[in-house]
Amino acid sequence: MKRFNESPSQTAGPYVHIGCTPNFSGIHGIYPEDLGTSLFKGEPKGKRITITGAVIDGAGNTLKDAMVEIWQADAEGRFAGRGGDPAFTGWGRSPGDMTTGEFTFETVKPGRVAWPDGRLQAPHVTFWIVARGINLGLHTRMYFADEEAANVEDPILSRVEHRQRIKTLLAQPAEGGYRFDIRLQGEDETIFFDI
Amino acid sequence: MTKINGYTARDRAWHPPALTPLYKTSVARSPRFAPLGFATSLSEETGPVFGHDILGPRDNDLIHNFTGESAIGPRIIVQGRVIDEVGRPMPHTLVEVWQANAGGRYRHKKEGYLAPLDPNFGGCGRCITDENGFYEFRTVKPGPYPWPNGADDWRPAHIHFSVFGHSFAQRLISQLYFEGDPMIWQCPIVGTIPTREGIESLVAKLDRQNSVPMDALCYQFDIVLRGRRQTMFENRMEGL
Ligand SMILES: [Fe+3]
Repeated sequence: MKRFNESPSQTAGPYVHIGCTPNFSGIHGIYPEDLGTSLFKGEPKGKRITITGAVIDGAGNTLKDAMVEIWQADAEGRFAGRGGDPAFTGWGRSPGDMTTGEFTFETVKPGRVAWPDGRLQAPHVTFWIVARGINLGLHTRMYFADEEAANVEDPILSRVEHRQRIKTLLAQPAEGGYRFDIRLQGEDETIFFDI
Repeated sequence: MTKINGYTARDRAWHPPALTPLYKTSVARSPRFAPLGFATSLSEETGPVFGHDILGPRDNDLIHNFTGESAIGPRIIVQGRVIDEVGRPMPHTLVEVWQANAGGRYRHKKEGYLAPLDPNFGGCGRCITDENGFYEFRTVKPGPYPWPNGADDWRPAHIHFSVFGHSFAQRLISQLYFEGDPMIWQCPIVGTIPTREGIESLVAKLDRQNSVPMDALCYQFDIVLRGRRQTMFENRMEGL
């Protein structure tokens, strides 16, 4: 069978917001609204949470030109398009705040999703980060620091060799929800995934 | 019997590495640790689905979609297929594009290049592939532009694109370049791709057959996304 090579990745560059969130970048009138602004299509079941965080470079600066996307299960661990809550899209996209660069997602706490062998994964949100200077989009996961019992038996968390780095995947309870910062390098570099 | 068993691993030697010092911004934005590998699970094998209901009639016409008047510049059609690594078409896939205008200027408040804005060019568009994985949009050919990296670095003419595929594991952002452009081979961002073959796979080919006389030149550009892993099982007789 003839095989094709995946198109090689290139950086999203400094102007990814023009293409993916044009209204945010001041280009109005082409699309009525930016895709992924809300994960809700009504009133989804489950506990509402807010996830706030920043993407931080090796010098400690918050990126202002990043785009962060999340994908997650609904409150019962089902995905949109696979029997999930019709009021919940599971997908969000944030260009970050205009001045601080911080991203915010209003979502629901995800339920547990099965691992291929049948074990249950701990509740998690899948993240994908692109920006100028990032040559290949970065995949990571956000877990919940207050889900200790589920985290201990999670198939991915339990196989992290550098145990002291697990904390980089844990969102901490904060006012109004959870805080999750993504550090591209340096001390506390976030664990990224080769999936 | 064929069992679908997740996605094939990404070939990291084919993609640019995270740290590419000649592209200076990558230095402070590249992870130092190796990424942790694991086989995809449902969380990566699913992804958002977009219907044609999100599309407006001019979403794939960057020449007219900002004000209704024509943008300035050489008019082009970009078309091709989105396929996976075994060549299967990827239908119903959202493709988003963005680019500089014909003078090489982006419509962005942080853009500092002295080339002028085109009042009729916004710079973004999108389309969804049909059941055969086919996509098409119209635009003006973007201009090359200088950028702050080395003392005198220029980007070749390019169109940025973002593709969803059918799962979060397939999510991809890359850039399209134009056949015959000598600037491709001088660009530090293009140069992050390790092989000449990889770079050439991002170069759109001029296609006179599908050009529209007295209107627009056509460029062909296929996009390849990660493929699903398939395992063949033989039905074995007991005891063999
Ligand atoms: Fe560009």
